Amino acid sequence: MAGVAGVWILDLYEYQGKELLRMHGVETLEGIVAETPEEARQAAERFGGTVAVKAQVLTGGRGKAGGIKVVKSPEEAESAADQILGMDIRGHTVRRVLVEAGADIQTEMYLSVTVDRAAKRPLILFSTEGGVEIEEVAESNPEAIVRLHIDPLLGLLPYQVRELTFSAGLEGDVAKGVGRVLRNLYRAFEELDASLVEINPLVVTGDGRVLALDAKVTIDNSSLYRHEDIAELHDVEAADPQEQRAQEVGLQYVKLDGDVGILGNGAGLVMSTLDVVAQAGGEPANFCDVGGGADAEKISTALDIVTSNEQVRSVLFNIFGGITRGDEVARGLLSAIERTGIDLPIVVRLDGTNAEEGRQILAENTPENVVTEETMLDAARRAVELARDGGR
Amino acid sequence: MAILVDNGTRLLVQGITGREGAFHTGRMLESGTNVVAGVTPGKGGQDYEGVPVFNTVEEAVGETGANASVIFVPPPFAADAIFESLDGGMSTVCCITEGIPVHDMMRVTDYLQTKDATLIGPNCPGVLSPEKANVSIMPRDIFTPGNVGVVSRSGTLTYQIVNELTQRGIGQSTAVGIGGDPIIGTNFIEILEKFEADPETGCVVMIGEIGGNAEQLAAEYVNKEMQTPVVAYIAGFTAPEGKTMGHAGAIVSGGESTAEAKSEALRRAGIRAATNPSEVAELVVEALR
Repeated sequence: MAGVAGVWILDLYEYQGKELLRMHGVETLEGIVAETPEEARQAAERFGGTVAVKAQVLTGGRGKAGGIKVVKSPEEAESAADQILGMDIRGHTVRRVLVEAGADIQTEMYLSVTVDRAAKRPLILFSTEGGVEIEEVAESNPEAIVRLHIDPLLGLLPYQVRELTFSAGLEGDVAKGVGRVLRNLYRAFEELDASLVEINPLVVTGDGRVLALDAKVTIDNSSLYRHEDIAELHDVEAADPQEQRAQEVGLQYVKLDGDVGILGNGAGLVMSTLDVVAQAGGEPANFCDVGGGADAEKISTALDIVTSNEQVRSVLFNIFGGITRGDEVARGLLSAIERTGIDLPIVVRLDGTNAEEGRQILAENTPENVVTEETMLDAARRAVELARDGGR
Repeated sequence: MAILVDNGTRLLVQGITGREGAFHTGRMLESGTNVVAGVTPGKGGQDYEGVPVFNTVEEAVGETGANASVIFVPPPFAADAIFESLDGGMSTVCCITEGIPVHDMMRVTDYLQTKDATLIGPNCPGVLSPEKANVSIMPRDIFTPGNVGVVSRSGTLTYQIVNELTQRGIGQSTAVGIGGDPIIGTNFIEILEKFEADPETGCVVMIGEIGGNAEQLAAEYVNKEMQTPVVAYIAGFTAPEGKTMGHAGAIVSGGESTAEAKSEALRRAGIRAATNPSEVAELVVEALR
């Protein structure tokens, strides 16, 4: 699972995920969130003994990047936090650490519940080989993974819990403990409208407790209307500011690395426009879907967001009207250009409902920096040429 | 012939008095679709553009004999509307609504298995059989009757490709937008089966995108079971990993779900895979030859 907040899922930090899991009866170690080395030291003092200082970032691989340190004293916790805070892990800046009490770990296992798109059902994955990426286990030792699909109308049945623990070869208290975590984790998955709840590793301690040492929870964005408390956890600071602004006005915007700015209506068409630009030898600067029925207001904001990227040298505006009408789009575009004062070259391709009228409007009032093309292919070529000629 | 909707379709619109529902009911009527009923709880007894409105699907079916439904109900109530349609005995249910929680859809698709019905969507443009029935939000002017079946995960990209086909004088039997959500009622394979069984469909265009592996599964089916030639196009060659490209389902989360990997799998299965929308029309001409 990739760790960038998208349209489908809301990614949560480890400490947030753990809190939600604890509320559903999954046991974790005691932990305190620290934003400064001083706070980390105080947390370590409270726990006493060995503690773990863990970077809180919305991406994987923090262990390898040096974002997790196990230390023996409050002073060491302070200096560990000092090193970790501000660290860049795969493009994510660490702004918080989680200080956790130490534990006597005997075994490490893996447990998750996710949405299996192809089967259209929840899928439970369990492995007695935890602590490593489950994809690695799947490759090196596929038999070590137990897979179990759940009927979403029936929920997790008691026999399925037994089936899973027995087929994994667990016995006694460990089997009981894992079974209890599984039941609670599935309930959390359902009640939180999660797309993923993952515990890796799930550990057995020396005194026989089964607890979540790490937690990754992602929530289905479409369900947030019924989870206001979770919606508030959305980390605005972690998102790209322009992507954030786009989201607020109902636009889909993803920043990329090229110099041809792209706007269009409909996700598929915009994705395809990016491809055609690349095939024409250009590099798309972004993905931007203005959606259906795009009015002047929305187009202005979209243009503004796209051109606020300093790398953009030309803009390709590709509209195929269905619900969206060409004449409205043309008027919207003209007023957007007037409002924002953009002087970058803009290539417009209008087709579909009322496209003729739209082209007419543009032809009569064309600002100097706007050119129109008949087809998507020609429009892409033109935009690439203009970007190459220097744009602004 | 056509698939899913045709001259025998007696359409019921759930959410007919809402903004979207009302607007598109007008357009579906203009296309000559036999819209027999609308349902909006609490507005029974009214009518919209001559279409009687009922409080429940059960009542609407009893009075009008509706056999297919299209849903414009807001996300929090949409899954319930689908259940109501399924229990009302609809043979085709088309859910246009975008933003239905994934867990709701898992329960819906689970229940769907116990019914003899086809659910299209959610988050889809619908189904259109030119000059027969328009159960969609697609612009009907770009369509022309013919023998090419179209099945797609994306709305406007379908318009783009249908338009290119029509401009080359190639007509369509039925166009189906299956939707861009992670969990949808009907995947490519079920639609391909229907096109394969339709004597009027001589070629199928399949339009996919990044994310999931539905296109690979479809490719296997085409390779093993289909006589009808298939032309495909996958959008999203330039999409970076981990970024959702507009559709909730369109996210590269591993090597398998890239446009490159999908197009390769399609070609290995003997499917003509285009690299851009214009090439699709060219390949269809070739396939029909």
